[in-house]
Amino acid sequence: MPASPALSLSVALIALVALDAYVLLAGADFGGGVWDLFATGPRRDAQRALVSEAIGPIWEANHVWLILVVVLLFTCFPPAFSGLAIALHIPLTLMLIGIVLRGSAFAFRNYGTAADAPQRRWGRVFAIASVLTPFVLGMCIGAIASGRVGLALQRVGQGAGGRGAVNARESFWALFVAPWLTPFTILVGLMTIALFAFLAAVYLTVEARDSELREDFRMRALAAALAVFVTAFGALLLSPSLAPRMSEGLIASRWALPLHLLTGVAAIGAIGALWTRRWHLARISAAAQVSFILFGWAAAQAPYIVPPNLTLQNTAAPRRTLVLFLVVLLAGAIVLLPSLAYLFRVFKSSEALRAGPGDGLGPH
Amino acid sequence: MGDLLAARSQMAVSLGFHILFAVVGIAMPVLMVIAEARWRRTGDSMYLELAKRWAKGTAILFAVGAVSGTVLSFELGLLWPGFMRFAGAIIGMPFSLEGFAFFTEAIFLGVYLYGWSRISGRAHLVAGVFVAVSGAASALFVVIANAWMNSPAGFHMANGVPVNIDPIAAMLTPAAFPQVLHMLLASYAATGFAVAGIHAIMLLREPQNVFHQRALAIALIVGVPAAILQPISGDVSGRYVARWQPTKLAAMEGQFRTEAGAPLRIGGIPDVDAQRTRYAIEIPYGLSLMAFHDPHAVVRGLEAFPRDQWPPVPIVHVAFQVMTGLGTLLALVAVWVAITAWRRRDVASHRSLLRAIAVASPVGFICIEAGWVVTEVGRQPWVIYGVMRTADAVTPMPGLIVPFLVISALYCFLGVIVVWLLYDLVMRSPTMRGGEGPPPTSITSAG
Ligand code: HDD
Ligand code: HEM
Ligand code: HEM
Repeated sequence: MPASPALSLSVALIALVALDAYVLLAGADFGGGVWDLFATGPRRDAQRALVSEAIGPIWEANHVWLILVVVLLFTCFPPAFSGLAIALHIPLTLMLIGIVLRGSAFAFRNYGTAADAPQRRWGRVFAIASVLTPFVLGMCIGAIASGRVGLALQRVGQGAGGRGAVNARESFWALFVAPWLTPFTILVGLMTIALFAFLAAVYLTVEARDSELREDFRMRALAAALAVFVTAFGALLLSPSLAPRMSEGLIASRWALPLHLLTGVAAIGAIGALWTRRWHLARISAAAQVSFILFGWAAAQAPYIVPPNLTLQNTAAPRRTLVLFLVVLLAGAIVLLPSLAYLFRVFKSSEALRAGPGDGLGPH
Repeated sequence: MGDLLAARSQMAVSLGFHILFAVVGIAMPVLMVIAEARWRRTGDSMYLELAKRWAKGTAILFAVGAVSGTVLSFELGLLWPGFMRFAGAIIGMPFSLEGFAFFTEAIFLGVYLYGWSRISGRAHLVAGVFVAVSGAASALFVVIANAWMNSPAGFHMANGVPVNIDPIAAMLTPAAFPQVLHMLLASYAATGFAVAGIHAIMLLREPQNVFHQRALAIALIVGVPAAILQPISGDVSGRYVARWQPTKLAAMEGQFRTEAGAPLRIGGIPDVDAQRTRYAIEIPYGLSLMAFHDPHAVVRGLEAFPRDQWPPVPIVHVAFQVMTGLGTLLALVAVWVAITAWRRRDVASHRSLLRAIAVASPVGFICIEAGWVVTEVGRQPWVIYGVMRTADAVTPMPGLIVPFLVISALYCFLGVIVVWLLYDLVMRSPTMRGGEGPPPTSITSAG
């Protein structure tokens, strides 16, 4: 039995929440890597140590949100998953290489030999991969939003209908590269790096235990906020020509205006709070700002998963699968949410942060 | 290399790589929890040292397991979009459940690794138990997904599309029980013996080292029972295959002709053109007896099926011989350990037994790789047995050799580093003898 629109919409909203959690949590972990790369000044090593301490216990759990999004997509909207995987094969593979190098380099640095030279080398790999991965992720999202991925898919014969072979006359470049490699997607990629770096810097102002370090990250947060603004503005300027669907959606959708307003309020709130050194308020506002940007994208694109033709409705799995998925999700959440709360209480509550790193399995 | 072959090779490399880390992630938490529980009971700080060292190695392996698993979940679509479009709604369920198991595992691993002094002793031990249980649960669910590919269930076909999809029936597919049982035992046997082997080598060098004596004992507690049960569970798997996947059975055994009272072939090389298996030792009635528990049962040979439905026979046959041959040896070493312990003799000072354990160290992992080759290559040319051909599942993107080479190179590189880091970790193990206390574990930040 086909799924009702309300059902597929609810599942899609859950996917959006999971993606938001990934961006807010794992995004900040990537942003930490950005600040590892750009660690400067007299407190360079202290900056790096704070980053590593902040993400050590939680990055693997944060990372699982991405897996949840992927699993949700292929279970509940299988043709959308297949289509995206075909059209974005190259950037997704690049993103995976970044994910693999980031995760393993972090582990090698923290649990491997105590010798200095290899540790530094792994630190570099970790930092560079932390910059490249969000860049490619942003490009993928920009490419979907621009509608070009969907158009390429139609030409590969993988639109809403069945499967087909690549049309031999179309060049490889036109089908598998050009749709995601435009000035617009590059700007969205840069904006993603800036957003993740912004989140990380804001969170780190809360986690730093000495005030000089906190000031370092305050300045970094403000710089990143400026970078977000510049890249977002640039993407907006390019969107009418390079991502017409996106700009129409952002303007026309009836959610657009309130979401823009909310984003603006949160952004001003975050900067104001940083300015006046209200760290906890800054953290909440920054998270809200980033979430509203994500929701704005989703609202502009609804009801499409891959515009212009793969919608929530025409790619949804049968009703039974979606209902079961919701049941599994509910059962999973009963186990998961208390566990996550426990994880964050042990490592991220104000007491835990005051107690400092304390232990862990650092180099012997 | 054609695109299909490149995609298959990339999948094989990615899975063959991931499985090594996954297996460690399933079994290693059990070893750590046993060591920690003994420390909490006896107060012997050597056990604490052991738990911490094992935790450190596991942290490296778990991180690589997590990222290589992420690669796989994307590759399902990157390489096999046709398969996922067809199967996503049917087998998404076990993958989703697996997702929750990963989540629990990653959360409690974080608590376990970084929480030694932040939470109570009991809470810490419980976190370790959660890691062990959720690791086993991940394996359970992902292998159920694989089992569905071997014995598809829970849908009907109408005009080439699946209808009446029932995800629960898909999870209860006949291959699920034998495969899950066999895989879980394989994880404990392979990891237990791999760890035992390392400590056995160290004990051959330093017989009095109490650290390695304790480590060896714990590793054997996990590895020995699993290795002894493994041939029995393999028999359950074999009978499942005989009943549900006759072409795979025929390829495993190099059985070209349909016959009653078929012999069991040990070794040998199948010659596909001549349709016979040469140089094998044949045990009369053996195959009919093993596969159907009846010496006169009829075994269908490959000749009973169209040629285009044969899997690559030599690969499947040789891989099966490797698994069963080495698996039998592993079980024999395990029995030897069990008898020695039963007679209350000290395993840690039995030099020839230590040598045998050292030699057995990589055997479980070789069996795992070989066993998966049997399962996956033996299913060819189908990605979903009898329903969808692998060739119809592959992505239309050309040039797949490039990602295959890139991913392979990346994994070779990571593999070398992991081996080197673990070697370094083992070599820096404490060199204490009985009576001496261990050095205090340095409690430094993770940075
Ligand atoms: C420690 C590892 C190990 C050991 C010692 C053995 N196996 Fe195994 N075997 C595996 C590890 C494994 C595996 C890698 O875990 C597989 C692949 C898929 C699966 O479920 O288990 C497997 C698959 C597998 C299959 C194919 C199942 C299928 O395609 O669905 C059969 C028939 C056997 N095994 C039989 C045996 C027998 C008769 C053994 C006797 C010694 C044996 N295995 C030892
Ligand atoms: C739950 C686990 C698994 C799933 C869902 C799975 C899925 C797949 C898929 C979709 C393919 C490609 C299609 C095909 O060739 O039939 C494949 C191929 C393959 N997989 Fe698995 N696999 C699993 C476990 C493993 C493991 C652990 C190994 C370890 C060695 C493995 C080894 C292979 C090999 C060798 C191939 C290539 C077979 C060939 O094309 O000849 N698989 N698997
Ligand atoms: C197509 C097949 C597979 C896919 C898509 C897959 C996917 C994944 C993913 C995404 C992770 C990372 C989870 C995290 O971040 O914690 C992971 C880890 C894991 N996988 Fe797989 N996996 C596959 C095959 C297997 C097989 C065959 C087994 C075992 C029998 C297995 C057992 C595990 C375990 C125990 C972990 C936990 C992490 C670790 O211990 O290293 N997986 N897998």
